[in-house]
Amino acid sequence: MSKYLLNKFLFTVDRDPDLVERYRAAPHETVAWWESTIANEILNCHGGEASTWLAFDDVEREALTGHDYVKLFELGAHPFLTLTLFIAMFERDYDEPLAFQKEYGARLSHFSLPYPDIAT
Amino acid sequence: MATLAAVIASTHHPFYYKASTAPPEERPPFADEWVAKITAFRETLTRARADVLVMVGSDHFHQLWLDNMPQFLVGKAPFYDANWYNEEREFGLPRMLLRGHEELSSHILRGGLDEGFDLAFSNELRIDHSITCPIITLRPEADLPIVPIYTNIFAPPLPRPGRFVELGHAIRRLIDTWPSDLRVAVIGTGHLSLELGGPRQFGPHGPDPEFDRKAVEWIASGDIERALAEVTLDSLWTPGNATHGFMDFMLMMGVAGEGAKADYADTLDLFHTMEAYFTWYPNGVPA
Repeated sequence: MSKYLLNKFLFTVDRDPDLVERYRAAPHETVAWWESTIANEILNCHGGEASTWLAFDDVEREALTGHDYVKLFELGAHPFLTLTLFIAMFERDYDEPLAFQKEYGARLSHFSLPYPDIAT
Repeated sequence: MATLAAVIASTHHPFYYKASTAPPEERPPFADEWVAKITAFRETLTRARADVLVMVGSDHFHQLWLDNMPQFLVGKAPFYDANWYNEEREFGLPRMLLRGHEELSSHILRGGLDEGFDLAFSNELRIDHSITCPIITLRPEADLPIVPIYTNIFAPPLPRPGRFVELGHAIRRLIDTWPSDLRVAVIGTGHLSLELGGPRQFGPHGPDPEFDRKAVEWIASGDIERALAEVTLDSLWTPGNATHGFMDFMLMMGVAGEGAKADYADTLDLFHTMEAYFTWYPNGVPA
């Protein structure tokens, strides 16, 4: 269980326009590729050094491959990272301004305070 | 010594740039009122005739990341590139380049460390919309050198509200004792009640209008004591899951000082969140 790694996925994909499109179009392939190549990179560190211990559990992997932002919220992924990336991927599919954002909120309406803990 | 010419606290709404520059057919219905309020607010900085701007904001997971997260960070660089690809994508924000003021950065870093704030620093900082939004609203010429100060309101564990107020007090003391003949404005942006990525997001107004009403009153009247009595890290979840950005307002109340009534206060009730604009002139209202 690693909220940090979920956030790292969302963070690294959101800042890369090619990865945003790749994750939208092919989530299973992108998550598998990312976990095998990027998950253990120490960001902002040179490529010769890496971590050795970071991996998703099955629930986390499934939430990411399913584009399941409701599950990501439940797991405590940082809501700003999730929202920003999912707007980038799916806002375009809606005709009305903010329609995706409103649906996103409505799909989370069964959550009440306190929300899932986002501390990492 | 330097003159603290103005203290300015504001929300930072990343959609202002797009709303105010869109062609007429795409202009949202609230844009004219918003532009009028911003234009009036901008005048409060113009009147202060500032030479240098200390800009308090909070990186939104752009350069600062969970593998190495500072609580308070001061930029010390000759230049700051600004805005990021995902801010261009989502908000239509332009790329910008701002000059830095390294001498004032050094003074704040040295003095802050000596006052007990273990400030992180950055010699190469690309700043984001928490700082560029107020440049766009208050000084669109982007011609004044800046000292960026980032706070962590985003990635728990966070410093407590009182620490933000104390840092504001320290920034005030450090500017008041800076051996310089320059006029300094401190501009900080945060949030009132706000929900991002949660069930209460993007409603017809901010998620907690009652919190907003109280918060505006605390800020406008300089009631730090009341704000500190009512606001905790835990309580800030209640008005909205991104409301910890209110602590940047509390920092700015610390700069203005206990009991300092704002010389200018204005609000605008928008969808999603309330806008709020405050200016203090600690050394008198400029002619």
